[in-house]
Order: sequence, then structure tokens, then C-alpha cells
Amino acid sequence: MLLAASSAWTAPFVPTDDGQILERLPQRAAAQNRELDRLKAAANAAPRDVNAATALANAYYQIARAEGDPRFLGYAQAALKPWWNDAGAPTPVLVARATILQSDHQFDRALTDLDRAVSREPRNSRALLVRATVLTVQGKFVQARAECPKLFGLVPELYIVVCVATVDSLTGKSAAATASLQRAMNAAGVTPEARAWAASTLGEIAARRGDAAAEAQFRAALAVDARDLYTIGAYGDWLLDHKRPGDVIPLVRNDARVDALLLRLALAQQALALPDANATTELLRARFAASRARGDTVHRREEARFALWLTKDPAAALRLATENWKVQREPADLRVLAEAAAATGDANAKAMVRQWLAESGLEYPAVAAMVAPGTKGGT
Amino acid sequence: MMRALLRVLVAGWVLVHGAAFAHKPSDSYLTLDVEGATITGQWDIALRDLDFAIGLDSDQDGAITWGEVRAKHAAIASYALSRLALGPAASPCVPVVNQQLIDNHSDGAYSVLQFSATCANALPALDIGYRLFAEIDPAHRGLLKLSAAGTTSTAILAADVPSRTLSLVAPSKSAQFAEYVKEGVLHIWAGFDHILFLLALLLPAVLVRSRVPGETWAAAPDFRAAFWSVFKIVTAFTIAHSITLSLAALGVISLPSRLVESAIAASVLLAALNNVRPVVVSARWAIAFVFGLVHGFGFASVLADLGLPQDSLVLALVAFNVGVELGQLAIVAVFLPVAFAMRSTRIYQRLVMVGGSLLVAAIAIAWLLERSLNLALLPGFGN
Repeated sequence: MLLAASSAWTAPFVPTDDGQILERLPQRAAAQNRELDRLKAAANAAPRDVNAATALANAYYQIARAEGDPRFLGYAQAALKPWWNDAGAPTPVLVARATILQSDHQFDRALTDLDRAVSREPRNSRALLVRATVLTVQGKFVQARAECPKLFGLVPELYIVVCVATVDSLTGKSAAATASLQRAMNAAGVTPEARAWAASTLGEIAARRGDAAAEAQFRAALAVDARDLYTIGAYGDWLLDHKRPGDVIPLVRNDARVDALLLRLALAQQALALPDANATTELLRARFAASRARGDTVHRREEARFALWLTKDPAAALRLATENWKVQREPADLRVLAEAAAATGDANAKAMVRQWLAESGLEYPAVAAMVAPGTKGGT
Repeated sequence: MMRALLRVLVAGWVLVHGAAFAHKPSDSYLTLDVEGATITGQWDIALRDLDFAIGLDSDQDGAITWGEVRAKHAAIASYALSRLALGPAASPCVPVVNQQLIDNHSDGAYSVLQFSATCANALPALDIGYRLFAEIDPAHRGLLKLSAAGTTSTAILAADVPSRTLSLVAPSKSAQFAEYVKEGVLHIWAGFDHILFLLALLLPAVLVRSRVPGETWAAAPDFRAAFWSVFKIVTAFTIAHSITLSLAALGVISLPSRLVESAIAASVLLAALNNVRPVVVSARWAIAFVFGLVHGFGFASVLADLGLPQDSLVLALVAFNVGVELGQLAIVAVFLPVAFAMRSTRIYQRLVMVGGSLLVAAIAIAWLLERSLNLALLPGFGN
């Protein structure tokens, strides 16, 4: 069972040509590599220097995010090794460690670090931003929103607007959130990156509300950073929802290393009835099997969608979606739970989704329709 | 100042987007085949990881070629094998690489090290020390598949558990037996409906019907009577569910689970109502027997989910049953002394007996509706 993943592949071989390319490494700007080398050298020269260690850890973290490669989370952890198990580590280490932990979906441990960091430094903007993010992912909206005003004077105003608007858009105030985001992003002095961030957030809100403006927002965000994996995923989903699978393939093809985007590729190929769909599905199956073999559970949201739409196993999808929901509560998590509930007709899960919609006020009509009372489940 | 601000900007940009996207983290695949004093091994290590650790992309063009890997074969072998210890520390089994190949896994190309190691003598257990990439990537895992004595076991090797000892002899029958006993105990403790059914039947066991008009119950005269009453109920329940558990597990009878689960809910309801308006009193063991048949089918579905070893089906069946009985006896051992001590009090005769039974009945009604109509009434209490 354990090595089922590898059995799906060819047997080991000895290449015949020295020039044969076996693996391509992710492209990175030369300047970024030089900066990384400099940080590595500095950290090696002073192994117990907090600033050198956290600077290296943060640089690795940025790469992990940008390239979607969790290896760099491990490297970041290694950079913090002298303090990794130290509950009372210096504040910059606490914040860096929390950032790494939340990427590994260890939200409660991350919050413990952040609470300590903020109690020591109430105006630590990064600690406050990460805490707002973690609380939002956990669905603790009241607490998350309370973090935002603490950022006044510490970060550009647009960041505070996005902080508030993100929470508002999840709690029944998406029209107001949209208006304030649009106003803030068009103010003077906003950087293109910040505007792209706001646009991506606007795109997601519009997508949930069924507003066709979503596409223009996603495209505006991608015009600034064409390799923003998160926006690529959100735009890919929007295209799939709008029966445009043909547009998904060029969008995600170059990032098939990222499981979540490989999933969108498989869904698009299936919708187009392309012969590649089976191979992509098998590749995903092997990735999830390998992930399970190492004891990971961070892929359950994607795996639930995989089980529901690609291997047509709604019972497994519901199990995965329910487990996932216990840990993270973003709209995408709710949606896959609703889809699995509708496919299995499971009354418990439907009631759970309805209750969340009612209590949070989340405006997501497509999800509400899936779990409306009286809807017949069908597989 | 600007630098600090810039970092916040970048951090904010990536952070408020919520949960991360990821592809597969770093794993290696280690296969060991032990026969006597000889270990044959294969170790698949991702080229990307090796590149980060020792640098494979010599011309820095972002593409790792076979020529570049071949030039580093000695470095790869010494880097990897110096981080793997096999056998006892005093006389380790030293691995020697026979061949290095390439394989493609779901997340890219891997270097495949085929090696063999000879130990001083045949080992009953294998000590494995695993420190690959420990100093550069604590999140790295080694996925071990170990074959010995005709059985295969697996383990996840990680930097935080750098060494472990794996048995090379097949799991004994007694270990397997113990495993199923444990599952049986856990099931009866986790299965709220079985416990409520049992308690509903046991509550009146320390009582007798009252001769005073207007009073339903009176205390049982002595411990012997109470114990005997409990004994009959538990034994009847046990015999009954053993029969159906065996029949279902052996595939003789199969019932739809919705029917079984609904019937179990109904059994809890009837047992509870019988305490409030007694219909069957002295022959409560008969209720235990009849409904025990139903509960047995419920146990069987758990056993099926656990996956039965085909070569030791009867062993697993008996062990699971023994586990269920032990779990049941533990409940009785806690219940009986407490109930016996309280049996004369009005709290027990009124509040616990009647109030408690009504509460159980209410829960059972909710279960019955949920399970038969597929509704959700009791979040967290359903199945």
C-alpha cells in the first residue's frame, strides 16, 4: 500500500544519454538567488543570531508561498532550529514560526505564538496581520475583525481596508466590502502589488455573489503577477463554474507541480473529455497517496474535490470534506462540503452547511442552493 | 525603515489570502528486504532535495541532466548512506551501493540507490537510524517498506524520531488477538447507543416492583438479587450479539445498515420506556436477548470496516467479541456498586430511574427518526 504511488510509475531505469534532462528546477531571478545565498552565509556565520536566522526563514517562507513548494517551509524551520521548540523564543522567531506553522495548517499552535508575540509587542504589524489571517481561516470572524483596527498607523491604509473587507465579505456585508475595497484601491499612492491583492479579493467576493465582474478583477490581479498561484486557482474555479474549461488549461498548465492547480487541470481536461484526463487523474491519485503515506492531512480540501468529481466517490468526498471543515473554514472549504453533502444526500452535512450560512451570514447563493431544504441528493 | 515596510507589504500580500497552496513535500522511499543476515535495499531520493543538499545542477542552468547526476554518484552515495544506520550500533550492517538509477515519481525525478548490506548475524529485529536531510529540512520524511519473514511492514521515518527498532518476525497470533480485543473494547465504549441500551436495562436491576400503591419501584432486598439480575441481562445480551456478530462477519446473513441502526435505536427506546411503564419486569433478560441479536449486526459492520484478516478470521472474531464483553463488564463494574448503594434513595428511584429513562427515550427517538428518515436532529450524536 505504502509504495502504491511508485508502482504506478515506470520501473527504475538507467538513462542512456548524459544530456537527458531529468528534472527542471523552478526558475528564480538571479538577484533573488544571490540574496538567498547572502542570507544563508550570514546565518551560517552567526548560528545564534536571531535577525540573521529569521531573515533567512522569512526568505524561504516567501519562496514556499511563491512557488507553492513546502520543501522551503522545512528549510525555513531548519533556519530557526535553535529556537524551534522554545515556547519563549525571541519575538521575531515567534512570528516567523507562526507563519510557518499556519502554512502547515497548525493554526492553534500558530495562534499561541502570535498571542505571545502580540502581548510582548502590541504594535507588531506582521504578528497582527498573520493573526487576522489565521482567525479568518478558522472562521473566528469577530476576533479576526478586531485585529484590523490595531494596524492603524503601522501598515498602509489599503491593508487595513482589505483586512476588514475580507472579514465583512464573509459575514454578510459583501456589498459594503466591495465598495470600500474599490474606493481604497483607487486612492493615490497604492502600489501595483497592493492593488492586485485588492483586485484578487474583489474577484473572489464577486465570484461568490455570482457577479460577472469577477473575471475582470482576477485578470487585473494576474496582470500584475501572472504567477500568483492563489489567484490562478480562484480564477480557474471561476472558469470551471462558467463552463469555460478550455481557458483553464493554459492558465494552470505551467504550475502542474502544485497539487491544487493540477486538480483544476484534471477537472478541465475531464470537462473537455480530453484523453489526458485519465493520466492527470492518476497523477493526482499518486500525489494524494504519497501525501497520506507520510501522514499528511493538509490536502483534504483538494482531495475531497478529487474524490467527488474525478473518482466519483461521494462518500469518501464527504468524509474528507467533513474532516477538512473541522480545521479550516474558508468559503472553498464550505463549498466542497456542500457539494459532497448534495451528492450523498447526507442530511447532517447539509444542516451543518445551512447552519454556517445562517450564522456567519456568508453570501454564497450557489452553495445555499446545494443544501436548500427539500433538495434531493443524487449521486 | 523602507525595508521593514516592504517586508510587511510582502508578508501582507501573501498572508491575508488564506490557506496555502502546496505541492508534495520532501519524501524519500526506502525499501528494505531482510533475509537472514543480508539486507537488500532500494532508496529513492528526490533529485530536487539532493540538489539543495549537495548541488547537482553544476552548470546552474535550472535543468538537472543525467550527466550531472552521474558525475555526483559518489557524493550522493556517501551523503545518503552516511545518514542511514542499519543494525546494532556495536556491529552495524554496512550498506554498499550496487547501482544508481533514476525513477519518476508523481512529483518528479528521483535518484534510485540500490544497495546491499551484510550483518554480523541474522537479526530478530532491525535498528534503523534515519537522518537524511535532518539538518536542512526537518519536515522531510522517509517512507519505509520493510519485508522480512514473508510479511511487509511500513513506517514513517522522521528527524524527530531518528532511530527505531522494527521487528523482523511476523506479528504473533497473540499480538493480533490483543489488537482485536482492544478494538472490541473501544467500540462498545465509543458506541453510545450500545451503552445506553445496556444502562436502560440495568437501571432497574437493583430494584424490584413496589408493593406500595402509587410507587413503581422499591429497592432490591440484597446484593445477591441485584447481581443475579444484572448477570442474566448481560449474559443474554452477550450470547445474542455473539450469534449475530458471527453470522454477519462470516457472511451468512447481511442486513442493510440503515435497518440495523434504526432497529438499535428502537431497542434503546423500548428498553427505556419499559422502565417508565414496566411491561416486562422479571424477564428483562429476554429483551436483552432479542435486541442483542440486533446489536450484534451493528458490531459486525464495525468489524467489517476494520478489515478482517482472511487467514485468521475466527481469531479476529473471537478476539473482538472478547473485547466487547470486557468493555461491557467494565461498564457494569462501575455501574453496579454505585447503583446498588443508591437504590433506596428517591433520587435513584425517581430522578435516575424515571427521569434518566425518559431522557434516554428522548435521545432514542431522535436517533430513530434520524436513522430511519435520514434526518439530522442531534449533531454530534448521530452516526
